Amino acid sequence: MSNLWPRVEPLLARVEKPARYIGMEKGSLAPVHGDGKAAFLLIYPDTYEIGLPNQGLQILYELCNERADAVAERAYAPWTDMERAMRAAGVPLFSVDTQRAAADFDVLAFNLSAELVYTNLLNLVDLAGVPVRNDDRAPSHPLVIAGGHCTYNPEPLAEYVDAFVIGDGEEVIGEIACVVGAWKRGGRGSRAAVLRELATIPGVYVPSLYDVDYDGPFVRAVTPRFADVPAVVDKRTVADLGDWPYPKNQLVPLIEVVHDRLNVEIFRGCTRGCRFCQAGMITRPVRERPEEQVRTMVRDGLKRTGYDEVALTSLSSADFSGIDRVVADLVNEQDGTGGVSVSLPSLRVDAFTVGIASEIQKVRRTGLTFAPEAGTWRLRQVINKLVLEDDLYAAVDAAFSQGWRRMKLYFLTGLPTEMDDDTLGIADLARHVVELGRKHTKQASCTVSVGGFVPKPHTPFQWFGQNGVDELSRKISLLRNALKGSRAQLKWHDPAASFAEGLASRGDRRIGRVIERVWRAGGTFQEWSEHFALERWLDAMRAEGLDPDWYVTRHRTRDEVLPWAHVQAGLHPDFLWDDWQNALAEHGLPDCRWTPCYDCGVCTDYALEHVVASPVAPAGGSQGTGQDLARGADVRVDFLGMKPVKSPGADRRELAGVLVRRSAEPTGWEAEPESTRISVSEAGIRPVDEQSLSTGSQRRAPSSEGDKQA
Amino acid sequence: MRGTDGFPVRLQYTKLGKIRFLGHRDVARALERAFRVARLPLAFSEGFSPHPKVSFGLALSTGHESEAEYVDLELVEPLAVDALPGVLTPALPDGVAVVGAAALVERAPALQDAVTSCAWLVEVARPDGSPVDRDEIREQAETVSALPEIMVTKRRKGREVTEDIRPVIRQLTVCDTAPVMLKMELRTQPRSARPGEVLAAFGELTEVRALRTHQWIERDGARLEPLDADTRPRVPEARAS
Repeated sequence: MSNLWPRVEPLLARVEKPARYIGMEKGSLAPVHGDGKAAFLLIYPDTYEIGLPNQGLQILYELCNERADAVAERAYAPWTDMERAMRAAGVPLFSVDTQRAAADFDVLAFNLSAELVYTNLLNLVDLAGVPVRNDDRAPSHPLVIAGGHCTYNPEPLAEYVDAFVIGDGEEVIGEIACVVGAWKRGGRGSRAAVLRELATIPGVYVPSLYDVDYDGPFVRAVTPRFADVPAVVDKRTVADLGDWPYPKNQLVPLIEVVHDRLNVEIFRGCTRGCRFCQAGMITRPVRERPEEQVRTMVRDGLKRTGYDEVALTSLSSADFSGIDRVVADLVNEQDGTGGVSVSLPSLRVDAFTVGIASEIQKVRRTGLTFAPEAGTWRLRQVINKLVLEDDLYAAVDAAFSQGWRRMKLYFLTGLPTEMDDDTLGIADLARHVVELGRKHTKQASCTVSVGGFVPKPHTPFQWFGQNGVDELSRKISLLRNALKGSRAQLKWHDPAASFAEGLASRGDRRIGRVIERVWRAGGTFQEWSEHFALERWLDAMRAEGLDPDWYVTRHRTRDEVLPWAHVQAGLHPDFLWDDWQNALAEHGLPDCRWTPCYDCGVCTDYALEHVVASPVAPAGGSQGTGQDLARGADVRVDFLGMKPVKSPGADRRELAGVLVRRSAEPTGWEAEPESTRISVSEAGIRPVDEQSLSTGSQRRAPSSEGDKQA
Repeated sequence: MRGTDGFPVRLQYTKLGKIRFLGHRDVARALERAFRVARLPLAFSEGFSPHPKVSFGLALSTGHESEAEYVDLELVEPLAVDALPGVLTPALPDGVAVVGAAALVERAPALQDAVTSCAWLVEVARPDGSPVDRDEIREQAETVSALPEIMVTKRRKGREVTEDIRPVIRQLTVCDTAPVMLKMELRTQPRSARPGEVLAAFGELTEVRALRTHQWIERDGARLEPLDADTRPRVPEARAS
C-alpha cells in the first residue's frame, strides 16, 4: 500500500545517522504482504542502536516470516531529530525494512524490556497515527500488543496496550498470528471480538476485559468481566530450547550498535535465586541449549555474518554444563582469518570464571568485570548473591596475576536491610581489590559502578519500599567520601531515574495517566540522561493526585493485593513471601539445580523440568552450590521447607520492625532504599572491553552503571 | 605501509541507492566483514591488537553515491583477483558491489595520495525542490567558471576557515538531462571541495543527489583510473564492469 521511501528519503539528508532508518542489514527481509497474512510491525521503543540487537525481537521476526500466514517487519524509535522532521513533513512511523507505514500493519508489537521506555511506546503509537488509548481505537487501527519482561506488571500500560504477551514468545506468536489473520480476512470487524478471542490464548492478557476495584489507594481486586476470560494469566514457557535454534539469521547491523557481535543464547532461566533479579525469577526453569546445537549455531553464525566476536549469552553463563569445553574448542578452532573472540556477558565471581576468561583472552588482558552486588557478606546473604569475600579476592588475585589490570565491580545500593556499614563495605572491597592488584602491577585500577536498587514485581523484594532519591544520594555520597584519595573510581546511576523507574515498575493502572502526561509534556527517551527530568514525573503525579512515595518508597504488606497479582510467572506467592522473610533473616538459599527443590511452583505447576546436561554443580563454583559453601564457616544456608518461616500474618508493623532494626537509620520506615534497574545480563564478568557507543553528543543514561564520576 | 612479502590487491566498488545513507566508516566495516565471510587470506598487522591490512581511499560523504570507490588490501597469498567481485558482492549490502579488482605492484602509493581528482554528476533543484531552468544554470556555470576566486567558509578540524575553492574546479558543465545535472571534475590535491560547496557559488541551488563517477590519477601527463595505475599487467577482458 504505502511505501513511504520517497517521502522519507529527503528527510534523511538532514538527520544524524540516517542509516538508522534504511534497514538493509544482512538477515533483513522484505516480506510480501497480502493474501490475508497477519502483518506484524515489531517495534523496539528505543533507538535503533539499542533495539536492533534485541534477540527476542529477532526471534519473532524470523518466526513470523517463516509462516505462510504472517509477515513481520521492524521499527525502532526515531531519534528526536528524525521525529521532528517526520512530524513536520507529515510522515508517520514506518518500518525500516521496506519503509511501510505503521498503520498498514495489523499489529504493532512492542518489546518492553525497561520501564523508562513506556513514554516512547505512547509516542510511537501516536507517530503511527493511532490513538494512544485503547478506548479510542477503531477496527481500522492496528492492534497494539506488548511482550518482554516488563509485561509481568502490565497495569501501567493497561489503557494503552490492547494485549500483553507474558513469557516466552516462540509458541504464542503463531497462535496470535492465526487469530489476527482470521480477523483480517474477515474484514477486520469489531476490536472487542478479536481481543476476546486473543484472551483465550494462554499467556495473553487483555486488560480491557478486566475491572479493577480499589479500596482507597489499594487495589482490592482485578476481575475478569467475562466467564471465558481467565482470572489469572500464566506465563508461556518453551520446554526445550533445543526446539528453537533462533535466530538462525541474526541481523548484522550496518552501523555500530550495542552488543555488536554474534549472540548465541546458551540457556534460558536461572535458579541462582538472586532475590533482586526479576529476570532470574520470571524465566525459570533453567533450559540449556544442547551443547552440539550451541557449537553449530556459533560456527554457522560466524561463517554467515563475518563477525569476529561471539557472545554466549544467558543469565549466568559459567553455569552452562560444559562451558569450559565449549569455550576451549571455540578458541582453538581459530580459522586463520584473524581469530574469534568470545565473550561471556554474565558470569559468577570465582576462580573458575577467571580460568575461563584466561582461556578466552590470550592477549590484551585489560579489564574484567565482576558483580558482587553488595558490600558485605551479610547483605549478600540477604539478596542471595552468595559470593564470599574469599571468592572475590581469589578471582581478582588470579586475574591480576594473569595480566589483567583493570577490575570493574558492579554493586546495588538501597537494598533491603542495607546499613551504612554495608554501603561502606563496597569501598572496603574496592580498596582491597586495588591493594591486591598493586602486588602484581602498578597500573592496577578498580572501577566501582553503583546502581540504586528498584524492586521488581514477581521477586521476593516486590514488597520492599525502595530508597528515595535523597537516601540513595546520601549513600552515594558516603561512598564518594569513603573512596576519596583511593585509586578506585566510582560511577553511579542517577537516583532520580531510579525513582521514576520505581513508579513504573510497581505501578498500577492509575500510573498510566502519569505516563501519558509525561509523554505529552515531551518526556520521551527517558532512558537517556539528557532527556530525563524527574520533575516531569512528579508534576504528572501531582496532576493525577497520586503520591509518589506511596508507590515508590512504601513497604507493601503480605495482605495487600499487588497490582500484578493476576499475572503469574509460576512462582507461588508463598514461596516469594517466604523467600522475602528469609532475606530479612539473612538466610541464603542454594541453587535448586543441584539441591532439593524448594517448590517455587514453576516446575510443578507448569509440568516443566530443568533441562541441565550436568547432574553436578560446575567445578570451582562456590555460589549457591551448597556443598562448597560449607567452607565459609559462618554461612548459614537454610532450605525453605525445613525451617520455620515467619507466620503468614506478618503485618506491616512487623515488617517495619525488621527493617528498622536492620537500618542504620532510625527512620528506616520512610527513608528506605532505592534503586536502579540492574540489567542482569550485563552484571558479571565481561572479559572484553566494553564498546563505547558514541552517539554524537548524546549518551545513553546507563541503566546498570553510572554516568557520573566521582 | 606495504610490505614486500604480501600480495596487495585493489578493489573498485559502488555505493548506490539507499545504502548511500551509510557512513564511510560503516561501509568500511561492511567490507571487512565481507572479507571475513569470503575467507580472504588477509594479512594482519603485528602487535597488541592485530588488524587486517586494509586501506581505504578518499572518504565518500554520507548521502553521496558512487560508481568508483576503491580500497587496497594486502593478502598473505596470491589468488585469482578476477574472482573477487563474484565472491564479495553477495556478502555486501545491496548497492555496494565489487565491480573490479587488480593486483597491485609492490609499494604502490596509497590511494589518498595517488588520486588527483574526482568526477561528479550532481542533480540540482531550487531550494524548494522545484526544477531549475537549464539555460539559466548554463549561464551561471559559465559565470562561476570565469570567477577568479570562490571563497567558501568551512570547518576544518573544528576551526572555521575561509578557503578559495576555485582552484579545485577542473571542469564544470551542464548536462542535457532532465532533471538538470551538473558534471563536475574536482581536484583532490592539495585539498578538495564537495560538490555542494561548488553549488553554493551558484546562489539559490540545492544538491538533490550527487554521484561520484570516476576517480582519476593524473601522473606524467596521463589520466588513469585507479585500477589501471600501479597495477600488475593483466588480460584486458579480465576487468569486470
